[in-house]
Amino acid sequence: MMHTDILVIGGGPSGLSAAIAAGKSGAEVLLVEGNQYFGGQLVKQTHMFFGSEKQYAATRGFDIGKKLVEEVEVYDNVKTLHSTTALGIYEDGIVTLEQKTESEDVYLKVRAKTIIIGTGALERSLPFTNNDLPGIYGAGAVQTLMNEYLVKPGKRVLMVGAGNIGLIISYQLLQAGVEVAGIIDASSEIGGYLVHASKIRRSGVPIFTGYTIVKAEGKDHLEKATIAQVDRHWKPIPGTEKEFKVDVLCISVGLTPSSALFWQVGCEMEYVRDLGGYVPKRNQYLQTTLKNIYVAGDSAGIEEASSAMVEGSIAGLSASHNLGFIYEDYQRDIQELLQELEGLRGGEKGEHIRNGYNMVGF
Amino acid sequence: MKQRIENHPILDIPLRRKIKFYYNDKVIFGLEGDTIASALHASGITQLSKSIKLHRPRGFYCAIGNCSSCFMRVDGKPNVKTCVERLREDMVVESQDGRGSIK
Repeated sequence: MMHTDILVIGGGPSGLSAAIAAGKSGAEVLLVEGNQYFGGQLVKQTHMFFGSEKQYAATRGFDIGKKLVEEVEVYDNVKTLHSTTALGIYEDGIVTLEQKTESEDVYLKVRAKTIIIGTGALERSLPFTNNDLPGIYGAGAVQTLMNEYLVKPGKRVLMVGAGNIGLIISYQLLQAGVEVAGIIDASSEIGGYLVHASKIRRSGVPIFTGYTIVKAEGKDHLEKATIAQVDRHWKPIPGTEKEFKVDVLCISVGLTPSSALFWQVGCEMEYVRDLGGYVPKRNQYLQTTLKNIYVAGDSAGIEEASSAMVEGSIAGLSASHNLGFIYEDYQRDIQELLQELEGLRGGEKGEHIRNGYNMVGF
Repeated sequence: MKQRIENHPILDIPLRRKIKFYYNDKVIFGLEGDTIASALHASGITQLSKSIKLHRPRGFYCAIGNCSSCFMRVDGKPNVKTCVERLREDMVVESQDGRGSIK
């Protein structure tokens, strides 16, 4: 049995930031990550980030991940375990872990005073005929294959979804030498930032708004995709079909928070459409209805890596503070972080996030 | 190796050691750093298993170990998430039809 003040579950942007903040406050921290490396989905982000300097604007995602990992290593009081998945949180405060090693899978237990959960999100899918054919991949999967393993997903791709992820990944496909036949979106407007859309259009990729995917065809692998225009009620209009000979369909229709551990441990949950699904209720310091459980990042609501990092820092500082660790700049830092978060959620694009958060506070 | 990215404006393409493994009794080569699924994909193999009830062809969907669509039998062990399992020399990888069973 291991003992720690704070257990952080998830080694992505929110978990790394939480571990750094708690480490800085002097708490004993254990950070666990299911994958072989830390950084979460930052490791495949080859594009530069927006936001302010504090959130690493103009730095590429994978470099941000490296910086956070280096910072975690500064603190002797922060221990890390990779290839380690949290299996469950029990009533007596014990968390069970499965650690994969070269030779075997090891079962571990840890008792923590406070747990910060930053488990990220899952990719959504879409219902359409033959949507399970090989060659139909989540947008994140396509990005992982290209940017982490340097493998092309195929020869010719149709992108479903013109949000920021769909636009950015279409551009990254072109950078990898893959043809993009087009981008479709059922909405009448492009959801992502105009800078990304313009870049794509300049490269000669058509964007079809008001279209949805209706059918995929192929024997053991995708060969053809059919799209159709949608009416006011999002139903396909017969006679408007267009066919694309493609070997990859990339589904970029958003993410949903990874909420299993919150359900299992018994946090009060709320379905919030603007945040992508079920999320735990929490106060502004990211403390859930169970006072020893905190949440941060996409598992708190789908947003961006920038806000995940700020949330992680808030959760890490607040959790340590509540355990009695004295960090003299606590008040100043936490106020600054709360303001940063407000800044990130400002403007027209942040409206749905602000609406969402009004539903989960307590 | 026809699906490998050979040059890229942002990413470095390192020289990587070849790793030999077996896929349904065929010898295949992947590269150091590959997962089982990325190595198979690079060799043009995208069907990893068949679905439990209707035995429809299945590839991966999420590639980060969440969706369970990439299960294969590896070194005799069923239901291995091949999208996150690192490739090792001489691994024996077999497609899985339906629910895996322990031989």
